[in-house]
Amino acid sequence: MSSQAANRYDAIIVGAGHNGLVNACYLARAGLKVLVLERNPYVGGAAVSRSLYEGFTYSNCSYVCSLLRTEIIRALELPSYGLQIIPYEGGCTMMRDGGHLAVYDNHDAMRREIARHSRNDAEAYDRYVRDMLRHCRFIKPLLLREPPDPTSFRPRDLGELWFLAKHFHKLGEARMYDTLRFFTMSCADMLEEYFESEIVKAHLSGSSIIGTALGPRSPGSAYVLLHHYMGSIDGAVGAWGFARGGMGAITQALAASLKASGGSVRESAPVRQILVRNGRATGVVLEDGEEILARIVVSNLDVKRTFLKTVASEHLPPQFLEQVRRFKIRGSSGKLNIALDGLPHFPSIPQGSPAIRGDLHITDTLDMVERAYDDWKEGRWSRSPYVDMLIPTQIDPTMAPDGKHYMSVFVQYCPYQLADGEWTAAKRQAFGNTVIDAIARHSPNFKDLILHAEIRTPQDIENEVGLTEGNIFQGELTFDQLMFNRPVPGYAQYRAPVRGMYMCGSSTHPGGGVMGAPGANSAGAILRDLGRAA
Amino acid sequence: MNAPARARYDSIVVGGGHNGLVCAAYLARGGRKVLVLEAAERLGGAAVTREFAPGFSVSACAHLLHLMPPTLFRELGLAAHGLKLAAEKLPTVALAQDSHHLTLGPAESALLAERSGRDATALTEWRALLKRLSRALHPLLAATPPRLGTEAWSDRAALLGLGWRIRRLGRADMRELLHIGGMCVHDLLEDRFSLPLLKGALALDAVLGTNYGPRSPGTVMSLLYRVAASQGADTLSVPHGGLGALAEALANAARAAGATLRTGAPVERITVREDRVTGVVLSSGEEIAAENVISSADPKSTFLKLLGSEHLDAGFVRRVAQVRSRGLAAKLHLALDRLPQFPGLTEAALRARLLVAPSSDYIERAYNHAKYNEFSHSPMLEVTIPTLADHSLAPAGKHVMSVIVQYAPYALAGGWHDKRQAFTDRILDTLAAYAPDLRAAISASELLTPPDIEREFRISGGHWHHAELALDQFLMVRPVPGAAQYHTPVPGLFLCGAGCHPGGGVMGLPGRNAARQVIREAA
Repeated sequence: MSSQAANRYDAIIVGAGHNGLVNACYLARAGLKVLVLERNPYVGGAAVSRSLYEGFTYSNCSYVCSLLRTEIIRALELPSYGLQIIPYEGGCTMMRDGGHLAVYDNHDAMRREIARHSRNDAEAYDRYVRDMLRHCRFIKPLLLREPPDPTSFRPRDLGELWFLAKHFHKLGEARMYDTLRFFTMSCADMLEEYFESEIVKAHLSGSSIIGTALGPRSPGSAYVLLHHYMGSIDGAVGAWGFARGGMGAITQALAASLKASGGSVRESAPVRQILVRNGRATGVVLEDGEEILARIVVSNLDVKRTFLKTVASEHLPPQFLEQVRRFKIRGSSGKLNIALDGLPHFPSIPQGSPAIRGDLHITDTLDMVERAYDDWKEGRWSRSPYVDMLIPTQIDPTMAPDGKHYMSVFVQYCPYQLADGEWTAAKRQAFGNTVIDAIARHSPNFKDLILHAEIRTPQDIENEVGLTEGNIFQGELTFDQLMFNRPVPGYAQYRAPVRGMYMCGSSTHPGGGVMGAPGANSAGAILRDLGRAA
Repeated sequence: MNAPARARYDSIVVGGGHNGLVCAAYLARGGRKVLVLEAAERLGGAAVTREFAPGFSVSACAHLLHLMPPTLFRELGLAAHGLKLAAEKLPTVALAQDSHHLTLGPAESALLAERSGRDATALTEWRALLKRLSRALHPLLAATPPRLGTEAWSDRAALLGLGWRIRRLGRADMRELLHIGGMCVHDLLEDRFSLPLLKGALALDAVLGTNYGPRSPGTVMSLLYRVAASQGADTLSVPHGGLGALAEALANAARAAGATLRTGAPVERITVREDRVTGVVLSSGEEIAAENVISSADPKSTFLKLLGSEHLDAGFVRRVAQVRSRGLAAKLHLALDRLPQFPGLTEAALRARLLVAPSSDYIERAYNHAKYNEFSHSPMLEVTIPTLADHSLAPAGKHVMSVIVQYAPYALAGGWHDKRQAFTDRILDTLAAYAPDLRAAISASELLTPPDIEREFRISGGHWHHAELALDQFLMVRPVPGAAQYHTPVPGLFLCGAGCHPGGGVMGLPGRNAARQVIREAA
């Protein structure tokens, strides 16, 4: 008992995903004694590099880096703890008829590429980029702030509301209307206001559906598109890149930064329950019965897992629990990680083009993407899925043996629950085959190169990472689940309805992606509550 | 000769649909000299009763009255001007394949409680919440939407007023409103109810007349719109003589207030001199001058056809061209030799509004087709048999069935001309599942697709709401920024149709709000 008291921590963070680690880093740097508990034998949550096949490293969940806030990278000195992000210069969307739209980070090159499909669209692209940048600039200052409670009269909430109003007002009348419309539109409607070429629209719509149970024609999907655009690498807005060594490099750097500030991490330490006494969080109990006490408990788990499985319901207001049950976390994505014996050949990508070193997509039209979503609604994986492929080993050879390649394939849509019964190994294989066949139609030697393929359904992601339904954002990014509604109206400020307990996962504002903002914001709230200015 | 002849009219209202008539009535009551010009031979626009087969008449577009706020009825004295209701507080029957139909409306919670006590309680709570929210939202719909970012005290006062009304709801309701306001109706219903039939019926109200399915975010907004417009009433009624009788009462109210109404007078062009609207030219070549012109036509027709893009800047024209206005609702009219049998329903029960929307998923599937410009293979239907309450519409002993059908996309792949029969068959097959002897009773039928509605009622795209009712075409961005406060970039030209705030349906608020704006600006 006495040893326990001596070991008492200031804060325990449940879950060593990137947000849990970011949160812990900020708390440790403020002088708190911090312990991060991780269920898996490795840290990282969904930002991991794993060796699942001899000699290969898979970024087996998240696979690209862009959203991680530069403020966080700098504050936690991640580059000095080994994080290296390499932007990629291209990408390509391939059509079934052999046509393609290559993507270049150089605006003029991109414009010329679009002009191949439509001259009007090339002109519209200038407007599009300008407008998207404006929307990004509008949203960015809101990411690292605690959302105000619009029903409250507390000075801080009024102050934040006033900040929002001023920030919006600064746009000027005409832009205010544009912004209102943009945030409520469907991606398809938005793109149709700019472009006429199907491939251009289909290509751009991809980011509006990744990770969500929406289609490009669902209102609100324009915002999801922005959510994927608002990242930056070294100030290049919207740029995407690879973390050298896979996505695990991000969480490894975070863990190293944490340890350097005196924090500790325990792997293979699954938390069974968060302890609450007299309405106050007092610590956690692990699966093996060990109790660890702390003044503060922060959960990096999604809001459903946190409150429906890890806190005894008698400690929570029934209204709150009802809202948590209503929170929408929908599994809609699958993932394939493939070890390849060589670089696959894609005849539609021009030889020597940097396009193959970036995101590769297969899609033709908005309708094709929308139909993929229709399949999901019916409880089956998309017959013609939207795939987002990357072969990071072209840029980062550390992830595979010489001459061999690792391919990450993100698949939209794949349901958590199938209409025709439970997932089985055979169905998982069938799902994988659907995706592999789709890729093979664009790459004649692809199938022959496959050495190993890890196929992951939303259930597999849930089982391994702990994300409810395998939803990569810990909750849908719809109007009713953003800002002061995320995760639950009245509880959007990282504080749980139990004193001393906080949330720091992607279920909280501003949501998912490897961004780190929820972890940082949550740390800010904790430190303010402790009277230590963040 | 005196000084240049003063305009003969203060205001010309283009279009004698219900919004044009409402606008004219309020303007005339405000002391203005008003002329309404209607292209058709009859007033009413889409609120019209006409013959579709010898001896059989029907409300040819809208077929129920439920959105028009009680205030408007009172202010215009519509009862005194001849409006009689053939039926009011109509129940809704959600039809079930197994004839275990569900009746909603008066006494619904007792009926529902027999099947699901939980749903009955949830429905009572939900209706009460909607009522409370609609009280806070109605004033927003019944006024010119504020502009954003201006220095004008009136805009700021309007925004603060809205904020205040929402605050006054209290913390719980305010949170609920901010939470569900952008939600999709499917999720909302999943959260609250369990019976698929109930969810289907409630989802239908959220998507009727829109280009969305129940899973489209923003569809709860159209439910709120429905309840808020009618000041929380949201009860269904039918005028004696069909919706055309409403138009007649509105016309009488306008005439009694001093407005002049002309039919068979299509406006060819709105005239502009020195960047100001001076009047209109009719197709006949007749020129009529007025201080201002108020168009109840849809935004595209008003700006791009009647006014002409040369009077507008390019950015504004692009926005107008981008207004989403493709209709998805079709109308089927059936002349019936006898009343069809609906197993499980008595003749008295058939007076209700009958819905074929057995579940939210059913509607979503019907919508899926529309996304790809196909018609729904199993469409969602809103059915009325108006002759049960109003014998004036058909020969003695015979009946009329009026059906709103979704989804029937305006731009059907391959065009409508050779698909009309196939679609009619799909609708009749769908109905036959609930009324097996229906086909045998049909003596004549008429299908109005969105292109037909476009032609007959002169609405570009054939959309009920003129402009899609969606969050990004709502309030201060409806129909487009720069024309959302009823005035337009061209001085003297105003809008008063369904394409304006708050939107369409037989409601009249755009007309009323516009008239008040015109009067305010003249003061």
